[in-house]
Amino acid sequence: MASATATRKVPHQTTGKLPPKATVAGRFGVYGGRYVPETLMAALDELEREYEKAKRDRKFQQRLDLLLKTYAGRPTPLFFARRLTTKLGGAKIYLKREDLLHTGAHKINNCLGQGLLVERMGKHRVIAETGAGQHGVATATVCALLGFECVVYMGTEDMRRQELNVFRMRLLDAEVRGVDSGSRTLKDAINEAMRDWVTNVRTTHYLLGSVLGAHPYPTMVRDFHRVIGREARAQILKAEGKLPNAIIACVGGGSNSIGIFYDFLKDKRVELIGVEAGGRGEALGEHAARFRGGSPGVLQGTYSYVLQDASGQIALTHSVSAGLDYPSIGPEHAMLKDTGRAEYVPASDAEALEATVVLARTEGIIPALESAHAVAEVIKRAPKMKKSEVVIVNISGRGDKDIGILRENLKLD
Amino acid sequence: MPFHFENKPALVAYVTCGDPDLATTREVILAAIEAGASVIELGVPFSDPLADGPVIQRASERALKHGTSLQNVLTLAAEIREHSQSVGLVIFSYLNPILRMGLAKFCQVARLAGVDGTLITDLPVEESTEYLREARKNDLATIFLAAPTSTDQRLKLIAEVSTGFIYAISRTGVTGARQQMTGDAKALVKRIRRFTKLPIAVGFGISTPAQFAAVGKFAEGAVVGSAIVQLIEQNPGREAAAVAEFVKQLSAVSRQPSARRTR
Repeated sequence: MASATATRKVPHQTTGKLPPKATVAGRFGVYGGRYVPETLMAALDELEREYEKAKRDRKFQQRLDLLLKTYAGRPTPLFFARRLTTKLGGAKIYLKREDLLHTGAHKINNCLGQGLLVERMGKHRVIAETGAGQHGVATATVCALLGFECVVYMGTEDMRRQELNVFRMRLLDAEVRGVDSGSRTLKDAINEAMRDWVTNVRTTHYLLGSVLGAHPYPTMVRDFHRVIGREARAQILKAEGKLPNAIIACVGGGSNSIGIFYDFLKDKRVELIGVEAGGRGEALGEHAARFRGGSPGVLQGTYSYVLQDASGQIALTHSVSAGLDYPSIGPEHAMLKDTGRAEYVPASDAEALEATVVLARTEGIIPALESAHAVAEVIKRAPKMKKSEVVIVNISGRGDKDIGILRENLKLD
Repeated sequence: MPFHFENKPALVAYVTCGDPDLATTREVILAAIEAGASVIELGVPFSDPLADGPVIQRASERALKHGTSLQNVLTLAAEIREHSQSVGLVIFSYLNPILRMGLAKFCQVARLAGVDGTLITDLPVEESTEYLREARKNDLATIFLAAPTSTDQRLKLIAEVSTGFIYAISRTGVTGARQQMTGDAKALVKRIRRFTKLPIAVGFGISTPAQFAAVGKFAEGAVVGSAIVQLIEQNPGREAAAVAEFVKQLSAVSRQPSARRTR
């Protein structure tokens, strides 16, 4: 090559770093990008173009806003958790109630957005992956609403622990295909969805459920969830007359957290805290805390932190919560971690289970096990904060789907 | 030019390395070369082979059970090279194991091992700046995939950065045998030729001598992967013999030049 750019600055040295070309779209610092087989490249180009057009199309936005309002149930309330605040004895705690949305979690925001895009692109078949089943249910719901054929891939381990959601999807006329490879969880469901997509790409849209995968997914899915933070910001200003001191959200792929963080990014004094699945131990394979045991790498289309072994094989993960049980994390979170704009901490299985009980008994709200990880963090953090300080916890979903696991794990007398 | 495509078509044989173990892979590859394979694709097993069908997925799992690594595959490549100077050797991998080793180190080690080129399944042209730089430095051919869904604009881009040969995917989908070849392959090869003079190898789904011969009518090479991997799976203890037999059947239907060139 004639002009080797030897003087180019490399932001930080990590084995396996791949400095991106500045012109490549969909980068968050060095993270993100589009690492997929050639067969999918044209479809991603088409999706990106269509999404850019839709973003500027007022009719599209109006239709989406109307569905969010009249179908999904937005805006969701910002609720002052009085008894939890008193119990913890520190900061005032507010809960952003995404659990009250239709289908029971924030996932519907993104599914409605992408669903309307599918209509624009003239495709009729939708595929999706699901971990906890919340994204699968939201996808199946939107497909029923808009009249699309729907296939959802789900790891057989997740089908076992989220049985109720499997039935809900089937009731909504989605075909649920069990995936029996690897750890039989979310990662393997994504592999299988990608295989379907690479085969049927001409007729099928892959409705990816988190801020993962190849560009434009991390950007597009974030944009569809930004409404969470936009509402929360206006609501807290109204309730408290000031911005919160901290925002806490759980991070699997990272869609609910980036959704609530995004409109606060510019408010530098608002601390942003993402909570990963600490699982049942610190050894590789026992948790899904990418920022504790992971390193930069490429998995399923994007460059981000990945739990992997010394030869670049993806590690198995564990979490009591299927929605957080994934070895990589959205690339924008990787950037926020590196720049220090957000902080990421783990909460263990036991802490999440305990937090579920605490929230149920202080506020009468049973959170999803995913969201319970965020509650676990506020239980640790709020007592150390001043009573004049304010913290928002994103309750990304409700716990009905987890009743089976809760029964297995909790001894209630 | 490290790749010889004198036969019509030349056989590009894919093997998942370390399935069932590295010693067997070595025997299988040497037998395939002996039986007439022109290029060997050394498949690096990966935990998440999202472009592969069930046959190669299972092979990857078997290979990873005893920890086959990219380093092992490169060592194997060096051993194969000692036995055959003329065969083309391609490292066929997903990106992450290579990133973990480091692109620069990977390219250096591959060259030292006598590898001729690399193909990274999930690295499209747009993301390949550093890879191209390191591969060129080490005189490795950069082989890219072209798909039936690739626009002409993309095919032009692919042709510009490809060296060695271009791998044309016969149809949309994952790797694995199919009853019928679609018309996609021929049309794609025709479109690619508008942008390149490089040889073109067609792959995905070629499993019978008839399909192999049919590809020879419009492309220089035919890649056979899952069919070979499946033979390895189904013939425990006599993997090399089974693959040699199959490769001979394929070689019998390709048109061979009178004299073989060596490099």
